[in-house]
Amino acid sequence: MEGNGAHRAVETSRTISVEVNGTTYEREVESRRLLVHLIRDDLDLTGTHVGCDTGNCGACSVIFDGTLVKSCMLLAVQADGASIETVEGLAEEEQLNGLQQAFNDHHALQCGYCTPGMLMSATALLRHSPTPSNEEITRAIQGNICRCTGYWNIVKAIKAASGQEVDE
Amino acid sequence: MLLSEVGYARPATLEQALGVLGENLGARALAGGQTLINVMKARAAAPDALVDLNGIPQLKGIELGSDGTLEVGPMTTYTELIASSEARARPILAEVCAQIADVQVRNRGTIGGNICSSDPTNHLPPVMVAIGAQMTIVGSNGERTVPADEFFLGVYMTAVGPGELLTKITIPPGRSDGFASVPIGVDGTCIVNAAASANGELRVALGCVGAVPELVRPASAEPEAVREAVRSAGIDPPGDVHASADYRRHLAEVVAARAVEQASKRARE
Repeated sequence: MEGNGAHRAVETSRTISVEVNGTTYEREVESRRLLVHLIRDDLDLTGTHVGCDTGNCGACSVIFDGTLVKSCMLLAVQADGASIETVEGLAEEEQLNGLQQAFNDHHALQCGYCTPGMLMSATALLRHSPTPSNEEITRAIQGNICRCTGYWNIVKAIKAASGQEVDE
Repeated sequence: MLLSEVGYARPATLEQALGVLGENLGARALAGGQTLINVMKARAAAPDALVDLNGIPQLKGIELGSDGTLEVGPMTTYTELIASSEARARPILAEVCAQIADVQVRNRGTIGGNICSSDPTNHLPPVMVAIGAQMTIVGSNGERTVPADEFFLGVYMTAVGPGELLTKITIPPGRSDGFASVPIGVDGTCIVNAAASANGELRVALGCVGAVPELVRPASAEPEAVREAVRSAGIDPPGDVHASADYRRHLAEVVAARAVEQASKRARE
């Protein structure tokens, strides 16, 4: 795209190519479309949730070119050429991964609405800090709101997933 | 949520960005989007087009000069600044950036975006005023430099005019700074904040109490002198659901004294 002059033009829609969980998709999207709607509605990856739609709750968190972002605060056109990881990319051949299993084992979800975002935030944390302290974990999920659990079981699950002892 | 129809351009160079902004006066620069996208959802802003600055490498990065002066590219994210070894030359920068919102917002939000949105509750405008940063603005008429205490013109308004961009933030050397705030929850929006710098003259900038940061120069670093300087500044803060005007006026004295205390402590180290 760059180098042919297209980068200068103001466009109300464009065709983008984006890799999500290892699969490359090409879609024409309106410039006004939020990334979360591309993921959910155009790509039918409905694990990523829309909670508050104001950038507060973190239910729409995805990993975008290696960094954790809230997909309701990016435009879909900004994902052109990007590599995105969503909650659907975590399980290995229908088997929950270690982090997901730890959420199950430690009752880290009740209604489950925040869980996809929590899992992506925890995934990003564990890549940077393989054995995080409670303080690091609580700061890492600061951008994710859960209205059911009171958070403690989520902290325990993340700690357990990192291979550390957890007090029950 | 569906935004109003909007155009989008992703220039690869500063010159291209200025060209698109100059040709489309209803266009706005899109930095991290952590404020602007939400403002557009609420229909509080309706730009004709967004000029995405994320594809312009020359607006990113932090350079440390041999005299300790920092040059910060406005598209540097909070997370990048926090991780930057160069930025440690002025420790207050990373300390304050680490208090902004949450991981996701810090990963995407930018230094220039925080400054240029000029929201009275933002963290960085008072910091920039207190430490005497210089803002480089580029437009079709060339380049100019504006000191931080003349940069903020009003709520959501800065010296960056239509067709212009903030291209560089120059921060003088110094380590004796402080910052204090009363936020809504840990790392939340500030009810009142204050930044202090005790490198030579003592400068305190109050945030959240007016449209732009209020610069006060206490006669000394003694807490009572700082509080007196805040009292005599005649601030007229807004009242809202989080704090009445009187309570904000009280908090302004408290956080100013705390910020100065931190700055003075560093000056003695």
